Amino acid sequence: MATEATHGAEMAGHGAENAAETGGLVFHPMDQFIVKPLFGDGAVGMFTITNVTLWMLIAILVIVALMVFGTSRRAVVPSRSQSVAELAYGFIHKMVEDVAGKDGLVYFPYIMTLFMFIVIANFLGLIPMSFTTTSHFAVTVVLALCVFLGVTILGFVKNGASFLSLFWVSSAPMALRPVLAIIEIISYFVRPVSHSIRLAGNVMAGHAVLKVFAGFAAVAAISPLTIVAITAIYGLEVLVAFIQAYVFTILTCVYLKDALHPHH
Amino acid sequence: MATEPIAGEFASACVDSHGSAIGMPQLCAEWIPNQVFWLVITLVVIFFVLSRIALPRIASVLAERQGTITNDIAAAEELKRQSADAEAAYDKALADARAEAQAIGQQTRDEIKAQLDEATREADAQIAEKTAESEAAIAEIRASALANVEIVAKDTAAAIVAALGGKADQAAISSAVDNRMKG
Repeated sequence: MATEATHGAEMAGHGAENAAETGGLVFHPMDQFIVKPLFGDGAVGMFTITNVTLWMLIAILVIVALMVFGTSRRAVVPSRSQSVAELAYGFIHKMVEDVAGKDGLVYFPYIMTLFMFIVIANFLGLIPMSFTTTSHFAVTVVLALCVFLGVTILGFVKNGASFLSLFWVSSAPMALRPVLAIIEIISYFVRPVSHSIRLAGNVMAGHAVLKVFAGFAAVAAISPLTIVAITAIYGLEVLVAFIQAYVFTILTCVYLKDALHPHH
Repeated sequence: MATEPIAGEFASACVDSHGSAIGMPQLCAEWIPNQVFWLVITLVVIFFVLSRIALPRIASVLAERQGTITNDIAAAEELKRQSADAEAAYDKALADARAEAQAIGQQTRDEIKAQLDEATREADAQIAEKTAESEAAIAEIRASALANVEIVAKDTAAAIVAALGGKADQAAISSAVDNRMKG
């Protein structure tokens, strides 16, 4: 999906150049992902306050509003915002407990942090004119690397060298085990790649498709159809926003389970 | 949002002079440090907000609710048990009362029956007594009637004999009447 989006971006880039010349259809599906400084037009340095900063700050504010101010009354019979906060808590708590086991609950706050950031950033990205932080590989790779490094270090700290038995499939015939070990090691190191590209790719592709359809809306003959399509894809994107956050989180739980209980 | 042109002197390898993205903005190395820096800040802030404030609070609310529910269920169980006890006591009282009423009824019936038997027996005795008395009186009357008949017959016989001009022999008449009456 990510590669498709890449081609789409290149094609759209050419389209934009052509459009500038001909004045016909204008597609800028990737422009929504541009990082730019909020103040002034300087280069984007490491500490520059950019639209990334703005939308991450909004994500923090939404999370604080929901999880802190929403629950401030500590009501036994919850208000709406408190219900949502409790729902999110119960959802992830149960996921960690079911997938990683009781001893995985120690890491529940970390997983909750990941889930809340991703799900809120995904939903914020669905606001028109917003900037979607989770559509950037830079962001999702950091998230996935946190999980990968954290889980790998945790696996060695908890299990010592026996963590390597994760790659040694003891239930397979002896002749096959070295082969399987190589496959297991490769798949282990591919984890952060698929983990991060899955999230950013899905989000980016959906947003780019919305932009492409929005470009087609300029043609009067097909604009009603386009608007229906945009509405439908937007609905799909709402699902994707949640499902990708869910998938990222549950995979984190699965990796955590491997670190805590590496034996097959 | 990115369609508005960015100033041409905006130096970037990833944005063209019209402000449009060149290739994928996701692959623009120039922006990566910025994103990583702000992401790390964001994650740290969210982590501390969640782990220090939000999650303990929600956990305590959930525990409190669970406690309340458990207590309420226990109280409901207690009340249910009490109501079952009360119902059992009521049933027992009802059964006792019913049994007692039956016993009283039976006793009353027995007493009445005994009194009735007694009265019947007394009545029977009185009737038998009266019957015996009556029979005695009847026998006496019959005996006296026979004696009277004998006297009347003797007197009548003596009178008839006298009327016929005979000489009435008291002894002969008496024996003749006796013979007739025996016959």
